[in-house]
Amino acid sequence: MSLFAQGHTACGGCGMPIAVKLVLGGSGENSIVVSPTGCLEVTSTRYPQSAWGVPWIHSLFENAAAVASGIETALKVKGKKANVLVIGGDGATVDIGIRALSGMFERGHNVTYVCYDNEAYMNTGVQRSGSTPYGASATTSPAGKLSFGEDKPKKDTPAIAAAHGIPYVATASVGYPKDIVKKVKKAQEIVGPKYIQILAPCPTGWRFDGSKTIKLAKLAVETALFPVYEIENGEITKVKKIKERKPVEEYLKLQGRFKHLFKENKDQIEVIQKMADANAEKFGLDG
Amino acid sequence: MMNEMQILEGSKAVALTVRSCRVDVISAYPITPQTHIVEDLAQMVADGETDAEYIKVESEFSALSALVGASAAGARTYSSTTSQGLALMFEVLFNASGMRLPIVMTTVNRSLSAPLSIWNDQQDSISVRDAGWIQLYAENNQETSDLLPIAYKVAEDKDILLPAMCCMDGFVLTHTFEPVEIPEQSLVDEFLPSYQPKYVLDPKNPLTFGAYADPSIYMEFRYQQHDAMLKAYEKFEEVAKEFEKVFGRKYDLVEEYKIEDAEIVLISMGSIVGTMKDAVDELRKGGEKVGILKIISYRPFPAEKIYEAIKDAKVVVVLEKDVSVGMEGGLLSDIKSFMYNREDRPPIVGFSVGLGGRDVTIGDIKGLVSKVKRAEAEEFEFLNLRREVL
Amino acid sequence: MKLLPGGIVKPKTTVANKTGAWRTFIPIYDEDKCKKCGICETFCPEDCISVDENEFRHPDYDFCKGCGICAEECPADAIEMKYEEKE
Repeated sequence: MSLFAQGHTACGGCGMPIAVKLVLGGSGENSIVVSPTGCLEVTSTRYPQSAWGVPWIHSLFENAAAVASGIETALKVKGKKANVLVIGGDGATVDIGIRALSGMFERGHNVTYVCYDNEAYMNTGVQRSGSTPYGASATTSPAGKLSFGEDKPKKDTPAIAAAHGIPYVATASVGYPKDIVKKVKKAQEIVGPKYIQILAPCPTGWRFDGSKTIKLAKLAVETALFPVYEIENGEITKVKKIKERKPVEEYLKLQGRFKHLFKENKDQIEVIQKMADANAEKFGLDG
Repeated sequence: MMNEMQILEGSKAVALTVRSCRVDVISAYPITPQTHIVEDLAQMVADGETDAEYIKVESEFSALSALVGASAAGARTYSSTTSQGLALMFEVLFNASGMRLPIVMTTVNRSLSAPLSIWNDQQDSISVRDAGWIQLYAENNQETSDLLPIAYKVAEDKDILLPAMCCMDGFVLTHTFEPVEIPEQSLVDEFLPSYQPKYVLDPKNPLTFGAYADPSIYMEFRYQQHDAMLKAYEKFEEVAKEFEKVFGRKYDLVEEYKIEDAEIVLISMGSIVGTMKDAVDELRKGGEKVGILKIISYRPFPAEKIYEAIKDAKVVVVLEKDVSVGMEGGLLSDIKSFMYNREDRPPIVGFSVGLGGRDVTIGDIKGLVSKVKRAEAEEFEFLNLRREVL
Repeated sequence: MKLLPGGIVKPKTTVANKTGAWRTFIPIYDEDKCKKCGICETFCPEDCISVDENEFRHPDYDFCKGCGICAEECPADAIEMKYEEKE
């Protein structure tokens, strides 16, 4: 058994627990994890049960980075050593918790912040977050007569993290498990704040069959809609190259959240393809 | 052993005492009029005069959140804030108490916006009386200092485990120089041993903190908090006795002043009590039987002590620097509420005074007593309103 | 069980929660086809697939929610999802 036990209540096929067990696999037993409010928290710690095999704390929705800052500082004062991690969802990270996250980065705490990115507020019923991609229909950015769904591009949180001058920023996808473990291990060896954003498909919110989680996690990368890369001290040092980049339709058509685009909003698929092209260009993904 | 008497700014007295309590982690965000406290602490860290770490957070929300983490990791923790900062902490206040983390914080009392006002009243801390924090109010800077180690000792007790805020009036105490006896380090160490919590975040014993509770168990969590706060009543008395043994200064949840034969009992909290004492002295000279009951501990609420002090009075007057808009002052409501079911209850009236830093003078207090004596006081009213602008 | 202060919980106690009851389809593993690559184990969101002494993988049906990721990702087509008849 890994450090994240069976019996958690995440939906069947959820990408999040895959990300969590891989992150803990990279981080190891000598870890302390902070989780903000969200799917991970409610599916793993309903009193009197916990799935966690490492010390774990939940305080609030928007303060995980600050709680982690306090833990790291207390360990320093007490002369103890442990890997301090945050594992939290995109809403807690890129929206409501970004003030605390920015503060943690700026102060240089030795914390690895992992965002499992399922691109909306899944725990409360698939409302849009800053991480929801362009064109996706979420319950607060629904497709409708006058709407093709979310009309703003996904917030570039890794770039925001990198702009703080922190030593390590990476993206990853649950489609590539070894890459996640490797990046977490690498992060633990670097002193200072680290940020890793992991794409974790949500069958419930994205509306696809739970068996296709890994397939979608790979397609997001293979279409260049979710580029996988590392930024070290402000420089892009590594990108996951795509041998034969797939058209975005292949990714979009498998998900109910994009279904409307194939009816009245086909022009928006073009827009999304251009976003993928721009990602490929920016990160040099093709090849 | 002699303790040193110094002329100190209230903020400095607090900072020196925080240091002597051997705090591990300080986390604070600057806000007027709390700034001198955190500046003094930052300077002590910069000069290597304390082993504490100071987290320079980006908001009050993170200030208290960081302490949630630090406290759960086993550190003794301290913060200070006021007014808008305390309001921003609102969510974390309840969380820290529910998680039973004995964080101690100096709440500098300041009014709340709008309109913006940096001056003193107690609306901020009174407004969070239900958050599950011990709340102690200081009259002067000796008390602001002394209540800190007492707060730590009560808060960290294994039967209590509740956070505590030591409240001091903004500017009136924070920026005022008074003679203060800062206790010897060795005496503080004798009184307040290091914090040794039973459960901490530790990979060797990987416990889960902050699980959520469904309706089958949530009430029991809340009851435990409630029960701990009730127990803090006696714990405070016990700790205060120990404090007296070590430092020679006596504290209780309330302080009585010339109350024995008093027909009119004035009740209040904080620095205004100093002015009230002077007013009572003058009234007494004129033969008026007036006394004061000072509330030091607002939570735990000293109901029995208040009852004992006021049951024989002809009238009770509550003066407070807050208002529950459209109702009355919080302290007045609390006192009326528990007195209602007593047979021997005197009439109780209340005044909101000094909101937003409005000065309250000896003359104001004497006038107020006279009004009450003439039976002209409302059940609740604002003192000294400028009627001409309304 | 007595409440600890703040509701502290012991580790890995969710194992009392048999999520296998959620299952509609059950993965059936064919050892003749299995290449022992372990991909099913890596991707299982329940982390409920164990390895035997011959390196064959076995899902723990107490916890398997029947999501079908293992069957979908198995490069040897050694796992089949079947409708599970329940009493």
